Amino acid sequence: MMDQPIKFYQTGTFTVGNRLLAEHERSVQANMRRTNSLNSGHRACQGCGEALGARYAIDAAMQASGGRVMAANATGCLEVFSTPYPETSWQIPWIHSLFGNAAAVASGMAAAMRVKGRKGVKVIAQGGDGGTTDIGFGCLSGMFERNDDVLYICYDNEAYMNTGVQRSSATPPAARTATTMAVGDHPGNVFGTGKNLPLIAMAHRIPYVATASVANLRDLEAKVTRAMGIPGARYVHIHVPCPLGWGSAPENTIRVARLAVESGLFPLFEAEHGRIVSRYLLRRRVPVDEYLKLQRRFAHLFGKQPDLETLAAIQEMADRNIEELQLAP
Amino acid sequence: MTALLKQIEGSQGIAEAVALCRPEVICAYPITPQTHIVEGLGERVKSGELENCEFINVESEFAALSVAIGSSAAGARSYTATASQGILYMAEAVYNAAGLGLPIVMTIGNRAIGAPINIWNDHSDSMALRDAGWIQLYAETNQEAADLHILAFRLAEEISIPVMVCVDGFILTHAYERIDIPTQEQVDAFLPPFEPMQVLDLDHPVSMGAMVGPEAFFEVRYLQHERQSRALETIPRLAREFRKVFGRDCGLVHPYRCDDADTILVALGSINGTIKEAVDAMRDQGVRVGSLSICSFRPFPLLAVRSVLERAQRVVVIEKSLAVGIGGMLSEGVRHSLSGSALRGYTVIAGLGGRAVTQKAIVRLIERASRDELEPLHFLDLNWDVVRRELARERGQRRSGPTAENVLKDVGAIAARIA
Repeated sequence: MMDQPIKFYQTGTFTVGNRLLAEHERSVQANMRRTNSLNSGHRACQGCGEALGARYAIDAAMQASGGRVMAANATGCLEVFSTPYPETSWQIPWIHSLFGNAAAVASGMAAAMRVKGRKGVKVIAQGGDGGTTDIGFGCLSGMFERNDDVLYICYDNEAYMNTGVQRSSATPPAARTATTMAVGDHPGNVFGTGKNLPLIAMAHRIPYVATASVANLRDLEAKVTRAMGIPGARYVHIHVPCPLGWGSAPENTIRVARLAVESGLFPLFEAEHGRIVSRYLLRRRVPVDEYLKLQRRFAHLFGKQPDLETLAAIQEMADRNIEELQLAP
Repeated sequence: MTALLKQIEGSQGIAEAVALCRPEVICAYPITPQTHIVEGLGERVKSGELENCEFINVESEFAALSVAIGSSAAGARSYTATASQGILYMAEAVYNAAGLGLPIVMTIGNRAIGAPINIWNDHSDSMALRDAGWIQLYAETNQEAADLHILAFRLAEEISIPVMVCVDGFILTHAYERIDIPTQEQVDAFLPPFEPMQVLDLDHPVSMGAMVGPEAFFEVRYLQHERQSRALETIPRLAREFRKVFGRDCGLVHPYRCDDADTILVALGSINGTIKEAVDAMRDQGVRVGSLSICSFRPFPLLAVRSVLERAQRVVVIEKSLAVGIGGMLSEGVRHSLSGSALRGYTVIAGLGGRAVTQKAIVRLIERASRDELEPLHFLDLNWDVVRRELARERGQRRSGPTAENVLKDVGAIAARIA
């Protein structure tokens, strides 16, 4: 009988998990003393990527800071599903002010902590892609350029899900939303639009920028932990599939998120002061079709007469990411 | 140490008063005419004269008030200042700060709102946000402007709602007057350290600003009204304390020679100085006229206003803001305070966009009002010829062009016309 050799890549996120890791390397979520900062009982949909991402991110932040975290939250799904009064899932001091000002509110909280001499208290701002890349962009950029001591986490599900799946500047080309309908000669969202906020954050030369995915939760925890140890403005952009908005099966959230990474459409990397310092090399490169066809928002690209031209254009986007960021192993 | 008389700019007086209140976070975004205030404060922070204070240069007024919301919610005494377009740009946060019950103090350097863009004084800006849930205090003089800031922090923190101190742009902010600047000991005696009613605290985590549905929103909103209305009792009480410590008066309203007056002029802010001069001049001629300066516009002191006005025969409300389509908002409050009484009421719109309001014009107004010859809605020193010619132009051709340009061409190159 042959022994089954344990390959190194099987530790961590992939399959084997925590049992083979030293205790200090294990997932925060695997720890009995995890804080459950975003506690159970909230109203997120089945398979919500944002709820998962937020739970891992905030618990990791809590562990990294010894439980000294407070958060400002933009209006959006995360705010609504976690809190309608008199209930709240938040086990940390938490404030929701407006849709577009989470970064500025957090700047104020950080200033208050400084002036009050509360050293070690860490301030997090968080919001969805609409609250980050669109309506909250001014405040976010201001927080970045002042290098305020705030970690901003964007949970990117690529559209305004809370209001019923409308396009944001993070919506990918060809995606169907309520405002980029799958009709006409060029169905779905327009090519050549949208903004890449991680790159914009890097252009501010802030101390730390990272992208993360709910498909790689160990990596997500590590990046949040890393960010918590760096003073100044930090930005973590987490890709979080939305079964409702994307038309993907709730049980496919992790699969869809992983295919986004492995196709090259959502590259994972870290940057310090505007320079990329680490990137996640694709373990098993997949064509973009595999990612797209699990989602009804791209259904108009498939069917009896697949839109080969559009699929090729999306593949070209992935290829370009892989080439520019050198994601191929 | 005794108080210090200083011949200084209004903005510098406000900056000194605010600094004496030991603010912990100050957010600054430039807009004329409030800039000198935050500049004065920034210098004090940078030089180290004002200790334990964070001075933050933000990227917009919306951010300025948002940063203040965060810092106030985290327990720091927070201050900002704005004017005109700035308060409109932060409008969403203005309502939010009040809804959250955060005792932020904000100076408004009152200025007109565009279009047409105009940097000069009127009250359109603070009037636009009059119902946002903030207490609004209007300063008559630079001394009062400085004093009201000290009162504002105490008032805001005591009942946990934000306070706007409205100061006429240029007329007060840029005028050099003698101001009695109190000592740090005096201010410390009047204003205790900030003890928040609610705060983001690691030991007692709370969720602030969550959603409230139809089952409770009405009650939450009513309580905002209840708490603001409580200031009608708090302000007079604090004013008595203020008098003890600083030896000066402040309060809900300032009546002037009203006791036997047949005609009473009502106004907000610095225009009351000119009105008092006109009242004195008319009194010298035997006309029984008085004036009422309203300091607290929100909450509106209905009873205090009524008790001053009810013995008069007529009330002339002079407003530095035009509520397009109705007339004046101060008049609404005054009429409400007089409901059921047979007083004749006149609304006079004056001084928009920095148009000078002269003593002569007010004297003429009093004369016409005394004879009840005034229209219910009067536009003081409006150039009707220019208005008529522009209306004729518009009737003459469909593409008549930008109204503002046409009017200015007609008026000529004179920036300000004084009657």
